[in-house]
Amino acid sequence: MEHGNTEHKTHSHGYGIYVLVWLALIALTSITVTVAGVDFGKLALPIALFIAAVKSALVINYFMHIKFEDPIFKVFLLLSGVTLLVIFILTFFDVFYR
Amino acid sequence: MSQSNGAVVNHVHRDDFGAKLGMWVFLFTEVLLFGGMFLVYAVYRFQFPDLFKLAALELNTGLGTFNTIVLLTSSLTMVLAIVAIQKNKKNLSLFYLASTIGFALVFMVVKYFEWSAKFSHGIYPGSEELLNRQNGEILFFGLYFVMTGLHAFHVIIGVIIIAFLMVFVYKNKIVHDNYVKLENGGLYWHLVDLIWIFLFPLFYLIH
Repeated sequence: MEHGNTEHKTHSHGYGIYVLVWLALIALTSITVTVAGVDFGKLALPIALFIAAVKSALVINYFMHIKFEDPIFKVFLLLSGVTLLVIFILTFFDVFYR
Repeated sequence: MSQSNGAVVNHVHRDDFGAKLGMWVFLFTEVLLFGGMFLVYAVYRFQFPDLFKLAALELNTGLGTFNTIVLLTSSLTMVLAIVAIQKNKKNLSLFYLASTIGFALVFMVVKYFEWSAKFSHGIYPGSEELLNRQNGEILFFGLYFVMTGLHAFHVIIGVIIIAFLMVFVYKNKIVHDNYVKLENGGLYWHLVDLIWIFLFPLFYLIH
């Protein structure tokens, strides 16, 4: 009854890959907590943000399925990320040189 | 004759691609909403680095870590609910969705105890105890309550959405070859998880 070319492509992965991603996320969480206990001085924030970014990439690519979606989704994602980045950079130009 | 196009009558309009694209557009508005708050956080942390550290010491890192793991696990059960429905395992999918709600409720209970502890120490927005402190600390706790509060609000909305998804699965409105609603609900839930991935180190892990 329902047909058309806009329906789901076959992209079933089984449970295993998601459990692996979850394990990686838990591991990264323990790393970021452990690292926070060490005094890295000025590097502490970049390290924490880097780990958070890696975790985000895992969630977006696998749990949110972006890795397997049409390229237009990646373009959208990139566009929103760049927008946010531009807002941050422009604001910080103002804050730094005030 | 005029009714010669009978084949069209059976066609149910369906556009999973469009539905998901629409969901992503909505998620971007959410990212901008929280992005604005992260921006305010960044500027004030840059201005008051030491006071932010001092104030952050009062947050319970153990509870924050526990909640992070709970939320990550709820994201896993959410995605497993989709795999289960793809494999036409309705009851398993319902079980995973119920687990997701369960983890979300655990998250909220922990949040309740965290906030209660802060309130009992006289720390809440506009409290006398808080207003007597220095600006950086007031800003830290202001951002803490607004950002984790708005996030917790999203968790509650997520629970309601997942409850509806369970009803749809139960009534066979979401089935193995038509589950875009489940995917979109999942996208929302993962976004809630994503925001927490950044909130956690920025509030709980400053030493």
